[in-house]
Amino acid sequence: MSYLEYTVKSVPTGFRKILHLNWPLALLLVSVCGIGFLMLYSVAGGSFSPWAEPQMKRFALGLAIMMAVAMVPIWFWRNLSGVAYGVSLILLVLVALIGEARKGSQRWLDLGFMDLQPSELMKITLVMFLAAYYDWLPAKKVSRPFWVLLPVLIIFLPTALVLEQPDLGTSILLLTAGAGLMFLAGVHWAYFAVVIAAGVGLVTAVFQSRGTSWQLLNNYQYRRIDTFLDPAAEPLGAGYHITQSKIALGSGGWTGRGFMQGTQSRLNFLPEKHTDFIFTTLAEEFGFVGAISLLGIYALIILFCVVTAIRNKDRFSSLLTLGIALNFFLYFAVNMSMVMGMAPVVGVPLPLVSYGGSAMLVLLLAFGLVQSAHVHRPR
Amino acid sequence: MRRNRAENDASHAKLTRRAALLGGAQLLFMGGLGARMRYLQVDQADQFRLLAEENRINIRLIPPARGEIFDRNGVRLAENIPSYRIVMVREDAGDVDAVMARLSQVIDIDLETYEGALEELKRSAPFLPVTIVEGVSWDEVSKVSVNAPALPGVTPEVGLTRVYPRGSDFAHVVGRVGRVSQKDLDALENPDQVLRIPRFQIGKINVEARAEDALRGTAGTKQVEVNATGRVMRELDRREGQSGADLQLTVDSKLQGYVQARLADESAAVVIIDCENGDLAAIASAPSYDPNLFIGGISSANYDPLLNSKYRPLVNKTVQGAYPPGSTFKMMTAMAALEEGLIGPDDTVYCPGHLEVAGRKFHCWKRAGHGWVDLGNSLKQSCDVYYYDLALKVGIEKITAMANRFGLGIRHELALSSVNSGLTPTKSWKKVTRGADWVIGDTVNASIGQGFMLASPLQLAVMSARIATGRMITPRLIKSVDGVEQPLGTGASLNLNDNNLQKMRRAMYEVVNDRRGTGYRSRIIADEWRMAGKTGTSQVRNITAAERARGVTSNADLPWERRDHALFVAFAPFDKPRYAVSVLVEHGGGGSTAAAPIARDVLLQALAGGEPSLSAYPKGDRARIKTQQNRLRDVKPEAAIDGKDQA
Repeated sequence: MSYLEYTVKSVPTGFRKILHLNWPLALLLVSVCGIGFLMLYSVAGGSFSPWAEPQMKRFALGLAIMMAVAMVPIWFWRNLSGVAYGVSLILLVLVALIGEARKGSQRWLDLGFMDLQPSELMKITLVMFLAAYYDWLPAKKVSRPFWVLLPVLIIFLPTALVLEQPDLGTSILLLTAGAGLMFLAGVHWAYFAVVIAAGVGLVTAVFQSRGTSWQLLNNYQYRRIDTFLDPAAEPLGAGYHITQSKIALGSGGWTGRGFMQGTQSRLNFLPEKHTDFIFTTLAEEFGFVGAISLLGIYALIILFCVVTAIRNKDRFSSLLTLGIALNFFLYFAVNMSMVMGMAPVVGVPLPLVSYGGSAMLVLLLAFGLVQSAHVHRPR
Repeated sequence: MRRNRAENDASHAKLTRRAALLGGAQLLFMGGLGARMRYLQVDQADQFRLLAEENRINIRLIPPARGEIFDRNGVRLAENIPSYRIVMVREDAGDVDAVMARLSQVIDIDLETYEGALEELKRSAPFLPVTIVEGVSWDEVSKVSVNAPALPGVTPEVGLTRVYPRGSDFAHVVGRVGRVSQKDLDALENPDQVLRIPRFQIGKINVEARAEDALRGTAGTKQVEVNATGRVMRELDRREGQSGADLQLTVDSKLQGYVQARLADESAAVVIIDCENGDLAAIASAPSYDPNLFIGGISSANYDPLLNSKYRPLVNKTVQGAYPPGSTFKMMTAMAALEEGLIGPDDTVYCPGHLEVAGRKFHCWKRAGHGWVDLGNSLKQSCDVYYYDLALKVGIEKITAMANRFGLGIRHELALSSVNSGLTPTKSWKKVTRGADWVIGDTVNASIGQGFMLASPLQLAVMSARIATGRMITPRLIKSVDGVEQPLGTGASLNLNDNNLQKMRRAMYEVVNDRRGTGYRSRIIADEWRMAGKTGTSQVRNITAAERARGVTSNADLPWERRDHALFVAFAPFDKPRYAVSVLVEHGGGGSTAAAPIARDVLLQALAGGEPSLSAYPKGDRARIKTQQNRLRDVKPEAAIDGKDQA
């Protein structure tokens, strides 16, 4: 069913739209942000500055954006998705040319009133554009090689630009979210099987060739891979952080040390304690109960998204909702795995909890789209 | 686009299936995350809580010992001596202000250090040890140890401090180290972790900076288990680093010491280069300063006079300075003309005291003129008009090319900071940088080393070594790194006409040894050490026509800044050159009076390998030289070094 078939009468209008919002989802999001404020207040040593207060201001702005986006009919956003993708791509190119470099990577654009990270925007607009693409594409063409190659290009272009910054974490997220969307849209299994097999083959070849006459990479490149996979090999780098992060997490126990009672000093060594490693503070102060609760809220958010997506008969809406949910999932899955020593440190924040403007605004905007899809669903 | 309902339903069903599949996979992964949380926080909780409460694993860097620097005879120029310091770890100290206050009651800490340390404590990471005071005595270390219970987080540590036993003699050669600054870190693409150790020292200038990579070595690491108060419980793992490589310089510290003492507070530079292999036997810039003052930060009371002195003690004049070479450049003009075959050594030019070129009068220093002069006489008496004439015949491009062959206008790679390339102008250079056309007057000025022509004392020394040997001598400062001999600067032949070179050397010999030569008063009379040289006096101002009419004002009547630079280049012994030397005395007046005597003294010192016998000096000078030798013998160039002076 396409949006042209909507019976306009059954779609709520004006302020009645507010009643039709997915309120449980909105409340879950607000509660995650609330946990974020608590943690930022705590890591600052019981102070609203320097992190909690600006984060709350951005949240207020983000909430307003979410509501505004939700009020606009989803077909408007659908028609805009091509433009949105194009603009994000141009911004990424601009970042490469005139972006601001921090900590050795060039990710930010100075807009005057705020610093924008276009790669964050791209996470959403890529999903939007792919959803619109598969909405437009007749179902029988979905698995034809040409129509598979096209979205692959759509994904690779921004991924390459982000990898160039360099920002490994975000490019992995983009790639995975894009592939996930293609999977959801119904691209044939065989494509995924071939790509996975080729990937496994390549990785095996790279490692097998080490030390032989046909070695594929330089020695120093191998050493870099080594440190990436086994951070403990670099005692002062990532390995140190992971060890300390695990200690803090583990020492939380069942119920934790209590709010503001975490041995903050022990975490002060972490340069990213208010961003990428904020989960360790939560887990230390609120223990297993707190950590599993946050995971539970995240799970509920995913669940609500999946359910509304399946119920929604509009193809663009459901693809978009699922794509955004997948994106959100990737954020916290990668972050938590990293903090708990299950994955290499790549620098992905904990969504809606970690300090950071672009990520929060973009996520709330994305959930605004989810709400719009829900409000304007065909009935 | 309207699609049929069946197709839509089919694709939605597929979407639902796949959404359920992907959603299920996500939930499964979250289950995994939950299980991991349970494992860490419930199953392993006791172990981690113990680790957190009782012990922590700390990784500390072991700073490598910096390589030492020796002179050519193995005399230490830069060494590391053990020094005690008091360090504090913020997170272990708790109330930093209270602990600092108590510490200052136990040992003396001056206010500047106290506040600096407090600031650094608050700025740096809480687990990193911050040095509070450096260079403390053993006595004070014991006091701190006794009071340890009242001073949580405070520990005495033994470390190494850089010391320069030769003091100011080698400030412009060895250079100095200093605290790593943000600027140092920014300059490096991938800074070594070891540089982030608070108060780690990095080479700041000269050899210490340029040979930083060899000298630094690599850091080791140790993993230690520390208890809640930060005390080390045991060492878990230790990876030794590698100490830096030792360097040996070509400089002879005894000779260098003599040269610095001879120059004293004169604003001057001397370079002595070995004619056989290009080794720099001495490279001295005066006035100098004591690099030990800079270790651990220099006070403004010490620094301001160095910065504001008009004699610029912080500038290494041997390589950083670029001066008009004046008459010492005349050999280049003559060589260019001789090699082109435009004149023979015996052809003469008439000097009426000036030469009119393009409507402008170019004067000879001698207003009455020198009459008919050939190469030998012109050099000996430093007649200017002869060289004006040659330059007009040969042209600037040939002169510049010749100067470059002799090492002028070329940047000699030495492990020193800010090595200047001097300037040998060409027509295109002037067009590009000045936006003006080359005029014939520029050539005339260049012919006697004035105008745009600039050279550093190092370049002038290289030039005289090349004249003396006819080979492309290149200067060498670092003799060996970690015992590995560095390439010699012996150089290939310059491929110049041997007869021309001989005539040139002969003329230089006469400059010093002929009664009418400009350097006659500074001759060496010991036959085995006879010196050949050339005086130079380079103007730092233009002489106006009015001044000339009044009679050129003598240097002594001018303020210091406006006096001429005095230069002298030489080599000795004449028949078998061993050393070449260049001397520059900033605003020293005439080359023959200010620079040549210094060149003679330092050359004799180098040739004799110590204090030369008075018999090498002309009879009339011996009494004066005797007192000078006595005076210099009393100057102990070695600065008093002990830890206390630096605090």
